[in-house]
Amino acid sequence: MTAITDKGTGTGKAAAPLVALTDVSKSYGNVRALRDVSLEVHAGEITCVLGDNGAGKSTLIKIIAGLHPHDSGGYAVAGEQVRHASPRDALDRGIATVYQDLAVVPLMPVWRNFFLGSEPTRGRGPLRRLDVAEMRGTTHAALLRMGIDLRDVDQQIGTLSGGERQCVAIARAVHFGARVLVLDEPTAALGVKQSGMVLKYVAAARDAGLGVVLITHNPHHAYLVGDRFILLKRGTMSGSHLKRDITLDELTREMAGGSELDELTHELSRTPAAGKAAAGDPPAEDLPAATDPEKRA
Amino acid sequence: MTGLVLTADERLAPRSMARRLLGRPELGAVVGAAAVFVFFSVAADSFLQWSSFGTVLYASSTIGIMAVPVALLMIGGEFDLSAGVMVTSSALASSMFSFQMTANVWVGIGVSLLVTLAFGAFNGIMLVRTKLPSFIITLGTFLMLTGLNLGLTKLISGTVATKSIGDMEGFPAAHDVFASHWTVGSVDLQVTILWWFGLVAVATWVLLRTRAGNWIFAAGGNADAARAVGVPVARTKVGLYMAVAFCAWISGQHLLFSFDVVQSGEGVGNEFLYIIAAVIGGCLMTGGYGSAIGSAVGAFIFGMTNKGIVYAQWNPDWFKFFLGAMLLLATLLNVWVRRRAEATA
Repeated sequence: MTAITDKGTGTGKAAAPLVALTDVSKSYGNVRALRDVSLEVHAGEITCVLGDNGAGKSTLIKIIAGLHPHDSGGYAVAGEQVRHASPRDALDRGIATVYQDLAVVPLMPVWRNFFLGSEPTRGRGPLRRLDVAEMRGTTHAALLRMGIDLRDVDQQIGTLSGGERQCVAIARAVHFGARVLVLDEPTAALGVKQSGMVLKYVAAARDAGLGVVLITHNPHHAYLVGDRFILLKRGTMSGSHLKRDITLDELTREMAGGSELDELTHELSRTPAAGKAAAGDPPAEDLPAATDPEKRA
Repeated sequence: MTGLVLTADERLAPRSMARRLLGRPELGAVVGAAAVFVFFSVAADSFLQWSSFGTVLYASSTIGIMAVPVALLMIGGEFDLSAGVMVTSSALASSMFSFQMTANVWVGIGVSLLVTLAFGAFNGIMLVRTKLPSFIITLGTFLMLTGLNLGLTKLISGTVATKSIGDMEGFPAAHDVFASHWTVGSVDLQVTILWWFGLVAVATWVLLRTRAGNWIFAAGGNADAARAVGVPVARTKVGLYMAVAFCAWISGQHLLFSFDVVQSGEGVGNEFLYIIAAVIGGCLMTGGYGSAIGSAVGAFIFGMTNKGIVYAQWNPDWFKFFLGAMLLLATLLNVWVRRRAEATA
């Protein structure tokens, strides 16, 4: 991992990565949730963390977000070793986390959600009040900058689609000066179109110069936008790659567990012909068996 | 993306007006209030007289003063079952301290404020520390205060009521502040109506135009999300319980200074009237949604029903039946509104 050379961080400087974890471990009681995981997040890059359920993705995200401290290993922000006591600490260092289901308060209007916890005010003393015009205007402008044209910032955020909600949360983090954006499964439970929309805003955040950590179990989504890929498996790091060193097929295969996938393919294939078709042989046109995998695909 | 936005707009535009109206938490209560008003106008001849109006407003204000903070607390996602007896506790504390320790009622009023706020702080801190449901914690406080009211009063005064403080120093002034009334035309207006309107105005301003208001909505709507973005959820909830206590203090002083004695067994059951007013006014039981104005309309429905039944010369036993039916209708309407609001594309 440390041997990986910088491939142009966007700034051009050989600066320290925004976030660098080295051999981080974490146990809950006698459960070793994470062992010796290392990753780097650079400005203007997307680091993807891939893994199946229970691979340790959420533990990793909680450590980065400051919800849980790590047991051992190093956690450096811009080259400086840190230990976060709370999510507020991480936020103050510019690390914003967007949780899949924790992102918003559904019954509140978009503009109130956007500024929640960091509301601008006018006046002083007992007359100190929300700067509503500023809040509405800024929300609209900040969303527009991310390419989200919301007609009515007064609508309850719960009335937006799941993808739009994620986008508002991302735009929010960008607006409040996050340097590192941690996204927890932003495309899980979303349709194809919505996922595409979210990925576009993830890319927009990257282009704005942020470092992004994208947690996902979908290698197709990860490969579309990712620059670095960290694969987690049962709490350990099973792979760490730069995009130029790996193809989508290899990534998918590695994520699905290589030999396990072979076994699964074997188990699922009904006929030898189907196996051949999957391996890339041109299917014989009039063989009924050969049409099966196509239907399934 | 442009296409997506366009279609989203096209879908949004025709619903926008209806949704804006449905988005008002007070909608159900206003419709209900109009219905109740028309109903009693037809059913009771004297209901439409100006003098009745003053009586109805007074009945509304006694519930309304407490319904305001209870509504805020419900928006913040919590209950307070001790709110009813806390009013009595506050009145007792004021009366007994003045009578036993000094001859000036204002000292008792001040001590009562501190004691009542301490009850509120106890509720709030217990809630955020133990993370038990507020239902359990305030049920505990409710029972303890009920027992304390009776026990301490008997211990100190020897009876279930306090001694009269009507001849003490400061009583006339305190009576003016908490229990005076004046006549405008043929309408007799109690000062509690002013307190009520004032509290509704302040609560509405806090809810809609301050950071604290934003935090109240967020604490009730999604406490975890609020915490994750740095909202002090625990502090907000303790503050809400202390707001309930503050209003219980106002109500308690009114109770004391309108009669100059306090019955120690009073107040039990009133907590449900406050909650009913808040719920009829559009507060969701699950938190995150509601309004202070709605609670006022809910209290007004309570006042109209309470007095309307008397003016119609019906058996007042029916009052609770009406109240229950209205509670159910209002809740059904609110649930329906929320489903509309939460229905995602």
